[in-house]
Amino acid sequence: MLGKLSWAAIPFDEPIPLATSVILIVVIGSLLSWITVKGHWPYLWKEWITSVDHKRIGVMYCMLAMVMLLRGFSDALLMRSQLALATGGAQGYLPPEHYDQIFSAHGTIMIFFTAMPFVIGLMNFAVPLQLGIRDVAFPTLNSVSLWLTASGVLLTNMSLVIGEFARTGWLAYPPLSELKYSPGVGVDYYLWSLQIAGVGTLLSGINLVTTILKMRAPGMALTRMPVFCWTALASNLLIVAAFPILTATFAMLSLDRYLGFHFFTDEAGGNSMMYMNLIWAWGHPEVYILILPAFGVFSEVISTFSGKPLFGYRSMIIATMTICILAFIVWLHHFFTMGAGADVNGFFGVMTMIIAVPTGVKVFNWMFTMYGGRVRFEVPILWSLGFIVTFVIGGMTGVLLAVPPANFQLHNSVFLVAHFHNVIIGGVLFGAFAGYTYWFPKAFGFTLHEGLGKAAFWCWTIGFYFAFMPLYALGLMGMTRRMQHTNDPAWTPLLYLAGVGALIITAGIGCQIAQLIVSIRDRDNRRDLTGDPWDGRSLEWATASPPPVFNFAVLPNVEGEEAYWGIKRTAIEQQRLVAEPTYEAIEMPHNSATGFITAFFAVVMGFAMIWHIWWMVIAGFVGAFATFVWFAWRDEDEYEISADEVARIDRERRRVRAEVLLPSLKRPS
Amino acid sequence: MSHGHDDDDSAPGDDHSQVLAGVRGYAVGLVLAAGLTATSFWVASTHVLWGPGVPIGLCVLAIAQMGIHLAFFLHITTGPDNTNNVLALAFGVLIVFLVVAGSLWIMAHLNQMMPMAGMPQMTDLQMQH
Amino acid sequence: MSDVARDQGGGRADRHPHHDPHRLGRVSTGSGTHGPASKRIVVGYGFWIFLLSDIIMFSAIFATYAVLQSATNGGPTGAQLFDLKNVAVETTCLLLSSFVCGLAMIAASTRSMMWTQIGLLLTGLLGFVFLVLELHELADMVARNAGPQRSAFLSAFFTLVGCHGLHVSVGLLWLGTMMAQIWAKGFTPNIQRRLLCFSLFWHALDIIWVALFTIVYLLGAGQ
Repeated sequence: MLGKLSWAAIPFDEPIPLATSVILIVVIGSLLSWITVKGHWPYLWKEWITSVDHKRIGVMYCMLAMVMLLRGFSDALLMRSQLALATGGAQGYLPPEHYDQIFSAHGTIMIFFTAMPFVIGLMNFAVPLQLGIRDVAFPTLNSVSLWLTASGVLLTNMSLVIGEFARTGWLAYPPLSELKYSPGVGVDYYLWSLQIAGVGTLLSGINLVTTILKMRAPGMALTRMPVFCWTALASNLLIVAAFPILTATFAMLSLDRYLGFHFFTDEAGGNSMMYMNLIWAWGHPEVYILILPAFGVFSEVISTFSGKPLFGYRSMIIATMTICILAFIVWLHHFFTMGAGADVNGFFGVMTMIIAVPTGVKVFNWMFTMYGGRVRFEVPILWSLGFIVTFVIGGMTGVLLAVPPANFQLHNSVFLVAHFHNVIIGGVLFGAFAGYTYWFPKAFGFTLHEGLGKAAFWCWTIGFYFAFMPLYALGLMGMTRRMQHTNDPAWTPLLYLAGVGALIITAGIGCQIAQLIVSIRDRDNRRDLTGDPWDGRSLEWATASPPPVFNFAVLPNVEGEEAYWGIKRTAIEQQRLVAEPTYEAIEMPHNSATGFITAFFAVVMGFAMIWHIWWMVIAGFVGAFATFVWFAWRDEDEYEISADEVARIDRERRRVRAEVLLPSLKRPS
Repeated sequence: MSHGHDDDDSAPGDDHSQVLAGVRGYAVGLVLAAGLTATSFWVASTHVLWGPGVPIGLCVLAIAQMGIHLAFFLHITTGPDNTNNVLALAFGVLIVFLVVAGSLWIMAHLNQMMPMAGMPQMTDLQMQH
Repeated sequence: MSDVARDQGGGRADRHPHHDPHRLGRVSTGSGTHGPASKRIVVGYGFWIFLLSDIIMFSAIFATYAVLQSATNGGPTGAQLFDLKNVAVETTCLLLSSFVCGLAMIAASTRSMMWTQIGLLLTGLLGFVFLVLELHELADMVARNAGPQRSAFLSAFFTLVGCHGLHVSVGLLWLGTMMAQIWAKGFTPNIQRRLLCFSLFWHALDIIWVALFTIVYLLGAGQ
């Protein structure tokens, strides 16, 4: 009846997971009951859960990412403290089978459920606003994507309470991940949560590619788009091209595990090396999926806070699209040591060095953008500056790793661990934080506390250097990754240092939490009434903060690059806004529970597959199909906002805008 | 057929011809595709082609037939209204090529460098390439 | 079609920059100067991107098949297992199905309920025959102790053919739903768009089948 599920799945004998589970259940339970007691459910359901508004969905993606950042980071703290304690023959407090789950979960969560939702959330929020349109191409599908990602998150976290997570590392290499060597449900949790979240990501990629290529405001030619839209396009093209490979690879591993196929087993002709090959054919584009939107954020932020147009707009586009193609020709550098010959390794090594060139072009463009500008050192540009310095170091160690002979020495050492944390924290995460600070006032109508933001930046940056620079040294000294304890006295001080770094980062995260709380508490004093708190240059700053549900009362007519900058300059020079347009009624998509219901069935099916509860799989499938038919049968999917309402909202925006831009009109009040 | 489209853009698969011309298009596509399929099966089951040339011949026929399908069934054209569709297709084809060719090259090389004991199929694969 | 009425805004947008003919911001062309494209183009293009991603997924399985093709583990090879006559019949079914599907699209564009339904029914029946033949072939192989657990080659073969078959099955489910929808609601723009997507899907499956019968069956049988 319940397949492999029994009371033995609850970790009664392991104090740490058990305590975590209890705390989690208590926290979630009290949160849910608080919502129920306060009667917030109707609001949450109508305004958020069933919302198909790209802004709300973007915000929810980012919230998901931040919560998962806490989860992933607590795993990191566990690992760093374990390694600081388990030196010189001591075993620390985490037994190997638990430690293995922690590093697997840390990698999986940080990549799939922190970095991915963060960049997808930022793209979802900002791209339609920057393109001057009202929503993405497929609003309901967007909600489906979000909730499928959330399903993956839920399944991964369920493994904490019920059963176990994979002990195979974040990419679940076979033959270790095959049934023979991992008979538990850990790998199944891994496979199904990522499979479901991966489908969500793929749909989101299709949605944004279509949005960018087919739905731009009048006059918004491709070469007038902000660079963030370009990087979003490249990133989503990579999602569309890479995630199907991941889906196929996981499907094949699942067939091995569930039906006894022999794709990657070490018997009957199976070839586990094909798995490494395929998973990295997805995995390398994946790192560019993450970093390209971050590059876009930095481009926007650096240009805005330098008060200058971006230097080398065209070369930025060319560099972005070059990376988009080259990202698919370098994947072998993740397994130089697997045994291919010199010409294969040489080819992929050279390609890897070449792909660093467009990134170098970008770094120079950012620096030349700041050169001669009047740089305002607010929090977003601090993250950008921290990024430039840190990422260049990470990039150079990456080129070092791209040299096959060096790679033979360094692969699977903590040098590699230091390298990819260097580019992912210094690149993706700093970019996400820059974007979060930059667009927060647009999303909520008030700015974030600056002092705490700066404190968070310095803690993160300094903590990062303390935590990961020692790992470069440790790697060169021969320490391999994924070790539960160490025995070399020479390593001990460096491991302590790395632990200190993790603590400093903890302080940074504390500052960020405090920043959010303080900013919400003081929101009335922090209101952004202008809609343009940073003196921005692209169209998202043309509308109010937070934007009305339809974003723009009339679609802006774009007449050049830096669309809003032009409009703003004209208004200031002529001391008048453009004539009031004729307002018309706007049709917007209805809320839809489709995403949430789909996700519900996805979780049911995933959970049933993990525990081999076959009747539940069938029930989940039938439910999902019924939802599909029900969704397809609906007639009316849009509602109308009357012209009067549109006019009322937009006149208010124009009034405020006029007060800010046209001081000559301000006197009467 | 008349669909909501502008002069300079088309949805993939949209055909703007009249009914009769539309039917003729599909019929031509069917005949060409059937001809190519028949040729493929014939080439594979006889010895008209020089043995080692058969795979190349079959691949050429298959690619030609895919082109026929794209042109006559999916109405992908070289017209300016189809630019976006063709670019997306080209990107997809490029990725398919990179994934398939890259994987084959890498795996063949691995097998050549490390023929594993107890895995006779590896050496078979090596001979194939 | 109501799309037509809504699509006249494209050219106007330039002349009256502050006039907003784009109701959800989804009307007129996609090439960048006239504002958002019409819903039909947006939907068609989005589905086109999805199809390309699907084809890339198949390419990963094709690559695996090619790598594992000779890993027969001492078991039967393709040449011993494949029956080209059966494959030829399957190919014919699918090709005709694709053709009839195209005719049904023409019928749908003229809003002929009867011919559309007949066309879609034939499309579905031919697809169903294909599926039955394929299942029969796979079941026969399992019965001859040449199931997917036998060797890596057979694992890859069953997955590749099975994945295509799964797509055909999903297509049939979709087709049935579409036929019921057309019957119940007539040719609304919504349904016309979904028909466009369905035909793209169905033709794409035929393209994948061309690759499949060439690489798996014809090349496999010749070895």
